[in-house]
Amino acid sequence: MNAFLNWLERLGRKAASGVAEFGFAATLFGQALYWLVLGRWRRQPVRMPSVAAQAMDIGIAALPIITVLSTTIGLMLAIQGIYTLKTFGAESRVTLGVALSIVREFSPLITGILVAGRSGSALAARLGTMRINQEIDSLTVMGINPVRFLVSPPLMAMMVLMPLLTLWADLVGLFAAGLYISIELQGSLAAYADEVVTILKLNDMLHGLAKAAIFGVLVTIVGVVNGASVSGGAEGVGRMTTRSVVHAISAIVITDMIFVFLVTR
Amino acid sequence: MSSATPSIEVINLNTHYGDRQVLRNVSLSVNPGEIFVIMGGSGSGKTTLLNHLLGLLRPTTGTIRILGKDINTLSALELQDLRTRMGVAFQSGALFSSMSVGDNIALPLREHSDLDETTIGIVTRLKLEVVSLAGFEDLMPAELSGGMIKRAAFARAIVMDPKLLFCDEPSAGLDPVVASSIDDLILRLRDAMGMSIVVVTHDLDSTFKIADRICVLDKGEVLALDSVDAIRNSPNERIQNLLNRRTEEAEVDPDAYLRRLLGEKEKHANQPTQGRTGL
Ligand SMILES: Nc1ncnc2c1ncn2[C@@H]1O[C@H](COP(=O)(O)OP(=O)(O)OP(=O)(O)O)[C@@H](O)[C@H]1O
Ligand SMILES: [Mg+2]
Repeated sequence: MNAFLNWLERLGRKAASGVAEFGFAATLFGQALYWLVLGRWRRQPVRMPSVAAQAMDIGIAALPIITVLSTTIGLMLAIQGIYTLKTFGAESRVTLGVALSIVREFSPLITGILVAGRSGSALAARLGTMRINQEIDSLTVMGINPVRFLVSPPLMAMMVLMPLLTLWADLVGLFAAGLYISIELQGSLAAYADEVVTILKLNDMLHGLAKAAIFGVLVTIVGVVNGASVSGGAEGVGRMTTRSVVHAISAIVITDMIFVFLVTR
Repeated sequence: MSSATPSIEVINLNTHYGDRQVLRNVSLSVNPGEIFVIMGGSGSGKTTLLNHLLGLLRPTTGTIRILGKDINTLSALELQDLRTRMGVAFQSGALFSSMSVGDNIALPLREHSDLDETTIGIVTRLKLEVVSLAGFEDLMPAELSGGMIKRAAFARAIVMDPKLLFCDEPSAGLDPVVASSIDDLILRLRDAMGMSIVVVTHDLDSTFKIADRICVLDKGEVLALDSVDAIRNSPNERIQNLLNRRTEEAEVDPDAYLRRLLGEKEKHANQPTQGRTGL
């Protein structure tokens, strides 16, 4: 009985700190948006060069790995699709499934997970280090708002770049799948492209891109919250960096499900 | 700003960490153009007091006025304005590790002024010259020694020509020559620009060299607040103990004294490094 009460108490504490962290995340997101929109009025505009620098870091540097993985996923989906549809003798319909899965689900998901691993963790590590080095206090006493200086630029870069990266992943994935399908089913790549264009509605594209933008926000905010909560030196930074990747990927997958549930039904 | 209003005015400041009271009824004022030294044993609350003066912590009760403005009732924009008129050199330096020394020093100018890059470059090099770090602007903080980091932080603190300068342990961890040159620098800044300067330090020599007035903190209370001579000649036994205990102990037990000194030195020299390995 006592053990049960203890367990209940610990659960309660965990829940309370979870809620507090969620509130912190929401506040941060609100403040980061505030500075993006009203920074100029507060005489602290969000600097475009630092947004661009973040964008280079998040986007251009991630392009090779995103290209490789989308190619792989395009091929994988084509192979699996043809295998599955063969049972009904309906291989020729494979393009439908592959195109929709790539654009609506796989591209945003793989891009989000990659960016969480690359940039979300880097953001957490950077903020955590700055915190334990008193660099954040240092910004504050200089009259530079740390959220404006450290959170808004990556947030904006993520919101713009995640959809762009996803669009690129769409194109690469569809192309790779098309290559496999046209060889396997002895069609032409042009015919495949035609089919894709008629199958894909603007709505499907937007579904994927909107999710990508949301994932971008999640990755940024989760990275920043974990970085800002660092305590206990270098070890703490490592711990929170790991935590940020795990949380960001979980948040992406769960949000994806909720989004699909709300939008698709 | 009229010279009649004190640069800093603290009235009945009480602060807590959690349930534990750290500062008790602290009241003090710093006059314009004054070098004000905060002394006290370890754990007496010096850093805590400094953090309150910087507006990084919120007091439980009490008022803090900086340059005539109550920092706890100021609007965010006014506080931002106020902060551009004060400079802070943290004990660990707290340079931005992702920026070169030059960019670190130029940052306040880039953020708060409309100067063009050429002028910013000139001002940056000028300030580096002042702290004898000329030619180091392209190095990263990780490539500097502890003492150099401290001087670079000093240059960054004065780059906006503040009215008010805060230094946490400015000479700790520096060799005697550089330490004394920092003392000279503090005196020069006050004389040339009329800055008010608040210094937190353990260094008695340095204190007696630069201070106009000294505030002695003890267990979170102001034990004494007076001119250098008055503190030196204070009849108060606790102050005399505090001033003399170190030397007495040294005479009684030179080994322990030496060990303490070495331990102290190592700690200070390591602090910036520790900060940077935190990366
Ligand atoms: N972040 C904190 N949380 C809880 N207690 C703290 C914190 N920072 C300081 N304290 C406590 O407040 C008291 C005063 O600490 P403070 O750092 O102000 O001392 P100090 O005078 O600067 O000492 P030192 O000369 O060693 O730097 C100490 O008892 C310390 O344990
Ligand atoms: Mg201290």
